[in-house]
Amino acid sequence: MLIPCPHCGPREVSEFSYQGDATRTCPELTSTDVKAWYDYVYNRPNPAGPHREYWQHSGGCRAHLIVTRDTRTHEIHDVAFARAALNRAGEQA
Amino acid sequence: MTARRTSSGGLIERSRTIGFTFDGRSYTGHSGDTLASALVANGVTLVGRSFKYHRPRGIFTASVDEPNALVTILKDGVREPNIPATQIELFEGLEAESQNRFPSLEFDLGALNQLAGRLFSAGFYYKTFMGPVIGPLRGTRFWMICEHFIRRAAGLGRAGYKPDPARYERMNAFCDVLIVGAGPAGLMAAEAAMSSGKRVILAEQEPHLGGSARWSGEMIGGKAAADWSQDLARRIDASENVRILTRTTAWGYYDGNNIAALERVTDHLADAPKGAPRHRNWAIRADTVVLATGAFERPIVFPGNDRPGVMLAGATERYAREFGVLPGEKIALFTNNDSAYRAAAALRQFGATIMAIIDVRAKISPAARALAEEAGVEPLLGFAVTATVGRRLTKVLVRRFDAETERLSGDARPIEADCLAVSGGWSPAIHLASQAGRNPKWDEELCAFLPPEPTQAWAGAGAFTGAVTTAEALSTGRNAGLKAAGKKLSRAKLPEVTAPNLDIHPASVFEIKGNGKAFVDFQHDVTVEDVRLAHREGFVSVEHLKRYTTLGMATDQGKTSNVPGLAIMADARGLPIRDVGTTRFRPPFSPVSIGALAAEKYGHFKPDRLTPMHDWHVEHGARMMNVGLWHRPMIYGQPGETVEQAYTREAATVRRSVGIVDVSTLGKIAVKGPDAAVFLDRVYTNQFSTLPINKARYGLMLRKDGIALDDGTTWRLGEHDFLMTTTTANAGRVMQHLEYVLDVVWPDLKVHLTSVTDQWAGAALAGPNARKVLETCVAGSAVDNEALPFMGLVYGEIDRAPVLVCRLSFSGELAYEVYCGAGHGKHVWEALITAGEPHGIAPYGMEALGALRIEKGHVTGAEIDGRTTARDLYLDWMLSKKKPFIGSALMDRPGLIEKTRLRLVGVISLDGRPLGGGAHIVESGDLNELGESIGHITAFCYSPALAQYIGLALVKGGKELHGKRAYISDPLRKHFGPVQIVSHHFFDPEGKRMHG
Repeated sequence: MLIPCPHCGPREVSEFSYQGDATRTCPELTSTDVKAWYDYVYNRPNPAGPHREYWQHSGGCRAHLIVTRDTRTHEIHDVAFARAALNRAGEQA
Repeated sequence: MTARRTSSGGLIERSRTIGFTFDGRSYTGHSGDTLASALVANGVTLVGRSFKYHRPRGIFTASVDEPNALVTILKDGVREPNIPATQIELFEGLEAESQNRFPSLEFDLGALNQLAGRLFSAGFYYKTFMGPVIGPLRGTRFWMICEHFIRRAAGLGRAGYKPDPARYERMNAFCDVLIVGAGPAGLMAAEAAMSSGKRVILAEQEPHLGGSARWSGEMIGGKAAADWSQDLARRIDASENVRILTRTTAWGYYDGNNIAALERVTDHLADAPKGAPRHRNWAIRADTVVLATGAFERPIVFPGNDRPGVMLAGATERYAREFGVLPGEKIALFTNNDSAYRAAAALRQFGATIMAIIDVRAKISPAARALAEEAGVEPLLGFAVTATVGRRLTKVLVRRFDAETERLSGDARPIEADCLAVSGGWSPAIHLASQAGRNPKWDEELCAFLPPEPTQAWAGAGAFTGAVTTAEALSTGRNAGLKAAGKKLSRAKLPEVTAPNLDIHPASVFEIKGNGKAFVDFQHDVTVEDVRLAHREGFVSVEHLKRYTTLGMATDQGKTSNVPGLAIMADARGLPIRDVGTTRFRPPFSPVSIGALAAEKYGHFKPDRLTPMHDWHVEHGARMMNVGLWHRPMIYGQPGETVEQAYTREAATVRRSVGIVDVSTLGKIAVKGPDAAVFLDRVYTNQFSTLPINKARYGLMLRKDGIALDDGTTWRLGEHDFLMTTTTANAGRVMQHLEYVLDVVWPDLKVHLTSVTDQWAGAALAGPNARKVLETCVAGSAVDNEALPFMGLVYGEIDRAPVLVCRLSFSGELAYEVYCGAGHGKHVWEALITAGEPHGIAPYGMEALGALRIEKGHVTGAEIDGRTTARDLYLDWMLSKKKPFIGSALMDRPGLIEKTRLRLVGVISLDGRPLGGGAHIVESGDLNELGESIGHITAFCYSPALAQYIGLALVKGGKELHGKRAYISDPLRKHFGPVQIVSHHFFDPEGKRMHG
């Protein structure tokens, strides 16, 4: 599997670390909603199909990427820097 | 002896004779032989015993599909089992052994299993050992008794115990076009692709290019096919943009058009050139792949079909034409298609007598009839083989057979034969394609699975696609090559093929039903009856069939057994084969050496992390140990000292005067930016925003789930500038954790992280005289208690090198960590040693460091083990109540604050013996009634300060057990003894010494 890192170019999957499901959002630190925390820490959907997930280019630029990957074929539909994408989303919200 | 070398012909070098041994007997062969062809040439037809029943088995095929003739190779003092004799090239001095026989191949005690044949049917082990036996043998006890004997009798070859001295290599390669298989189709594809100037790799598992052209006996382009293929191979080899890999099996097709291939570099050589690897594991990333992997001939299943002397028809033809070897003198053929007729004619041409061609079909093509005439025999149409006779084949029995109804009739008629060549049709080698495609498609005409729709960038060519003639192979090969190279299809004339116009579409006959064992999977000894039993017991899906009977799960991956097995299941279920389906062929296509997979990933290829002071340690007698990738001094032993004596001396020197330890391995992270303080407040359980500049603070991090992650000190160098230290072991994990939360959880925070572990060298100076040492060598700053209080830090110079000195203590003594640029590390270290000499400074290693911290009850990775919470370690004083932090939301879940949790205590040995790390702690002193473990030892040492063996432990209830007596139970180290549970703060619990 090749992941096209927006910074380094296409690189072998062995250069990356899987960093989990990108569809979940960390509750505010001040939140005491235990259910929300449980969902964030433990509950994962396991979709067969496109899935948004975090991959860190740990053997490269070390940036976290949001990768949309088809879990059945490993086809990669979209890649973006996590920090920039999340900040953009934060501004729009 | 009936099999023999022909007087002429074949592609072997008859002038070069090669000596080899098989089971200790000497034989000769020729250059160009495989072990299999040389054995056949020497009349050796019995080469192994089968897996379960120990039946005698002979050579069945001529290539990678061989299920029977697995041998052990003895080379350079190493035994390598389970290598198909068909894939071993002969070299001078080759030593091979047959397998799975005792005491000898000819007389094998294990063959008694045949008498108990019914016992070993599918599911035998589960049915026998996992339940029904009652009484004292209930459950798995019966298995425990029998296991030794069964394991001895079952299985194939025996591996050696010696380490493998061979070297293995991994290689990455990139190309535009990868062609797998160099038969006529693959060669045409390579020629077409290379003219485009694209980078081409041509991989062929055999030693020579040409594939079936080497033994088809056809004419291509006006030449013998073998000559045509050699000429073309030479032209391709001369092209600069083609890399030819022979003896290279593409064994896996992975995502991103990544193909794994194994090159056997030196297996065929008596003496490998110096430095050459034995195997090379290629990872080839190709833009497009051309699969020209050909097709495998498959057998027809009939009673007695595993007798030595029964062989695939294509294999007999190949032995004759390529190796000049006749597998028999009197050969019969049994077929359901035309291809066996060509073999018959070839065998006759090389001097064998064709005794019969037994064909299940009522009608055959004119071309087949012509070949039968060449073979000098009138084919028996509408007949089938129903039994074989002889220890080695002497005759076959045939009966009338109707291919439509699959009924046998009439009396059995014997036909004398010492070799029976069988053809049950051809199955495309779709193994790689099925790893990179959807479901294979069943083809009624060919009675085989055709390649699936690709899910990756590959195209097929030749027999792989179901093309049955060489002419089709040439055209599909050229087209695939041109297409893969991005070129237009060509109208240029293809080389003309002269070949008999055979119809290899078989009659749909897979099995002749009759009495006696009929084998489907030879290598795993799976019979027709096993498949039907699986059906009767409800294991009807192909996936269940495979797992229940182990059909196709042997090292040959069912290359000869897949389709017959499915056909028999389809018959039992009364369904067409199409509806039964097939399992996916998984990698590897053929066995891959573990060495090649490990290649550079073990041994001396692992990186070594050395601190700037490494050479000094080694020069001063340090015994080094590995801590992750780091090399750290364990002890600085003096002559005659044991490890315990050395570390006790080192630790005592620290408590008495002063010692120095290399702490360069601690993880160091520069945390900078306007939000750095806020960030640290969130990731640490305690507060850092209140930390004054030029002060340090001990910090604890939790994971999101509330479990402790790591601890360390963080120093505030400026308003927006912190230097964080982590434990050596967790440096990488903490860095990744921080990067993750910064990128993903709080992307709005303006913080930048840099790993500076390798940029700083560090030395910790500890002991009552530590300050005196610093006073004599630090310039540019005072280091007295006022200028440098506990947790303070100052900038200065040591022998002209800039240093950062922070007053921290892990040992519980008055102590300082001196950091400097890595390049100055050794220089500063030596200056500190010189300054410490008047005080008898002792460098100390990991053992003394451990003893000092155990005496103080300081935790490390042994206690922060991924299961403990801050409360378990009595670090709850570090959990800020003023602010939330990572882990604060979940750390007080009921399960994490239960009273019965394992919590930190100290343990003192009461019998004067050392405690063992990992030893269990029990309450009962009665060895016969130990009861449950209440915890375990995490770390132990001899404490010079207490003059006792002490340890840290995690026990249920923690503090509540202080003062209690318990026992450690350490059966592995044979230690059972009394201990006293105490506070983990063994030494100077008030901390007077470090504040002094």
